[in-house]
Amino acid sequence: MIAELGHFSLCLAFALALAQTVLPLWGAARGHSRLIAAAAPLAVGQLLATAAAFAALLAAFAVNDTSVINVVQNSHSAKPMLYKLAGAWGNHEGSMLLWVLILALCGGAVAGFGRDLPGLLRARVLAVLGLVALGFLAFVLATSNPFGRVWPPAADGQGLNPVLQDPGLAFHPPLLYLGYVGYAVTFAFAVAALLEGRVDAAWGRWVRPWALAAWCFLTLGIALGSWWAYYELGWGGWWFWDPVENASLLPWLAGSALLHSAIVVEKREALKVWSVLLALLAFGFSLLGTFLVRSGVLNSVHAFANDPERGVFILFLLLFYVGGSFFLFALRAPSMAPTGMFAPLSREGGLVLNNLLLCAMAAVVLTGTLWPMFADLLFQQKISVGPPFFNSALLPLAAPLIAAMAAGPMLAWKRAKLWPVLQRLWWTALAAFSAFAITLAYAGWRIGPALGFAAALWLIGGALADIVERIALFRRPAAAWSRARGLPRAAWGAAVAHAGLGVSILGMAGMGLATDRLAAVTPGQSIAHAGYEWRLDRVEDVIGPNWTARRATVTVLRNNAVVTVLTPERRFFPVGRMNTTEAAIRTSVGGDLYAVLGEEQNGQAVLRVHDNPLAPWIWLGAAIMALGGALSLSDRRVRVAAPAPRAAAGVKV
Amino acid sequence: MSLSRKQRRMWLVVLAGLGLGTATALTLTAFQDNLVFFLAPSDIATKNPGPDRAFRLGGLVEAGSLQRRQTSDGRPEALFRVTDGPVTVPVSYVGVLPDLFREGQGVVTLGKLGADGQFRASEVLARHDETYMPPEVADALKRSGHWDPSKGAAPPAASWNTLTPGQPAAPERSGG
Repeated sequence: MIAELGHFSLCLAFALALAQTVLPLWGAARGHSRLIAAAAPLAVGQLLATAAAFAALLAAFAVNDTSVINVVQNSHSAKPMLYKLAGAWGNHEGSMLLWVLILALCGGAVAGFGRDLPGLLRARVLAVLGLVALGFLAFVLATSNPFGRVWPPAADGQGLNPVLQDPGLAFHPPLLYLGYVGYAVTFAFAVAALLEGRVDAAWGRWVRPWALAAWCFLTLGIALGSWWAYYELGWGGWWFWDPVENASLLPWLAGSALLHSAIVVEKREALKVWSVLLALLAFGFSLLGTFLVRSGVLNSVHAFANDPERGVFILFLLLFYVGGSFFLFALRAPSMAPTGMFAPLSREGGLVLNNLLLCAMAAVVLTGTLWPMFADLLFQQKISVGPPFFNSALLPLAAPLIAAMAAGPMLAWKRAKLWPVLQRLWWTALAAFSAFAITLAYAGWRIGPALGFAAALWLIGGALADIVERIALFRRPAAAWSRARGLPRAAWGAAVAHAGLGVSILGMAGMGLATDRLAAVTPGQSIAHAGYEWRLDRVEDVIGPNWTARRATVTVLRNNAVVTVLTPERRFFPVGRMNTTEAAIRTSVGGDLYAVLGEEQNGQAVLRVHDNPLAPWIWLGAAIMALGGALSLSDRRVRVAAPAPRAAAGVKV
Repeated sequence: MSLSRKQRRMWLVVLAGLGLGTATALTLTAFQDNLVFFLAPSDIATKNPGPDRAFRLGGLVEAGSLQRRQTSDGRPEALFRVTDGPVTVPVSYVGVLPDLFREGQGVVTLGKLGADGQFRASEVLARHDETYMPPEVADALKRSGHWDPSKGAAPPAASWNTLTPGQPAAPERSGG
């Protein structure tokens, strides 16, 4: 019964989305104010209906209702409750339902928070969001119904893929989707602006908080996924340039560019057409990511089903939304006159450089991700593009981006002088150069990590120098505190986010110096690695809620003093008849000690031990970046979204 | 200096062209050195990429071929043979074999082919469940005549290794 109610709610949401698309657009075209006003309540209605459907799915998983196919295929009564619920979105149908739920949430948020928006713009934004929801609700209802029944009911479910039974992965999809789908809002703003044929400073001011929020969630989602891969897959790496990872990096790159170009639109009314294009691109990449992951063209943990019908449907949606919006862009963009003059060397110029480099990086990642697919289709060539390609192609683009990143925020608008900025940065440059030299001297000829440490110090120091300058810490120390409090949160946010990237790069550079050692040892024997003694004490059987395991106890000693005890496991899940490797990690400020248990033979166990310097800072840095974004979001000027008086006069409907 | 609208547009076009050009150039150079080809054992005779170039070798782990030993410095080494029927390649791998590595099942390895004909793998991928066949491996088996798609779906992965070329369903073991 609950499943049928869920299915019914989903159909209701589809009908409401249809109304949400058609009525406001019709009203906007004909000037019917009541139809325009219907947009917001319809969006809220669609949100309620979708939420009811999602709640029904959660309920079916919570009570392990084995007459629902989706539950039978992806759940099991012996699973802990968290993974029963997480299992609801740990499969194709459920994750698509989560996708439309988050899209409906975005619509509800625009309806709720967007009261200051001009009525016509809000109606059009909501209509575009309704149109996106329409396509994906149709996809769920037609090809991926999560509420299908099976008769007779199965005795019990078949279990969830054991690698997915993990708290990190329970929250990874919702965060990632909040990011992906958040760009639907900026997309809707861009399409609405194209429909109106007008982009101005106020538009930039409304778009920026949405771009920021989506970017924060996407940053957290990507970081959580990377962290999960690091501790769960047990390979010791944190980024594999897997197509699925790339699919989430693409909207992040385009979204980061949008975030920065929207500032120029807001402050200087320049780069308007370009920002609209970026908003279309960011959501296009989100859809591409959804297509790559959900269509089954990729084989990975993420490809739940290999159903060509679904792939074709999503491909069609992708072509419709991306093609349609680009067509509209081609029609309308030429009529938007560029305004706002600036010299090449200025804050605007710096942001243009940022955009250019981020887009070039996105282009490289896109090519590397899609080329194997095309080569297979066109030339029947089986090739793969691995980390060496991405590293060597992206480094020359990332280096100037990072070099400019510390100086950019110090440049003046319109026209800037480089010399005063360099004067403020000379000690940062000195620190970065020493880091480079020290790494080379200490770790040997390792250009990558040395550049990484230099970049990290350059970014963190640059952010500090920016704040020091803005609050005049050294010039007028007495007034610094009050100036710091008066400094807009957006400025703090930018500095924190830039420093956060520096912290992430610090971790990456540290991981560049990571070492590992593999050995077969009998209990009582030790491995010497990275200045530690890793002693295998014993290997024993343990029993968990829905698995059994072999667990090794490894004592790590330094100078005969115990540092930590690690217990890596090899788990066996009888329900799915699968083995997983559970790495044991001891995290500290200086880095991770990481141990993996391999096969056992003749009383010997294979151990792989890693020393990963500074590893945790990769993900902490991402959290700091998201914090910077949140700080910027909390800026009163952004939160209120009040148009500047001059701009307001121009956009009143 | 403040630029006129026309000049500014020109600048932007030049810059965008420069960015796009750089990205293309970087991509092409990196492609040249870093594309990793997939080869089945039968392909190696005709397309041997030489001992310096890494490629991915895929096929079935020949049943009964897995041996374990230790390298001189005490690291565990796995020796096995990868076959697509007509040709078999010996593979050595120093490391922890993935959880789903099984004899008689599909495997994809990344590494270099030594002059002695031994493939030294730096990575072994067997990441899926036990009935899964990597698409490249399925394709390679099709090409080597082990599987005729017109005669229905692929036989279960576990039985691949017992097939002989030209006799698609013979239960006899082909060995190496």
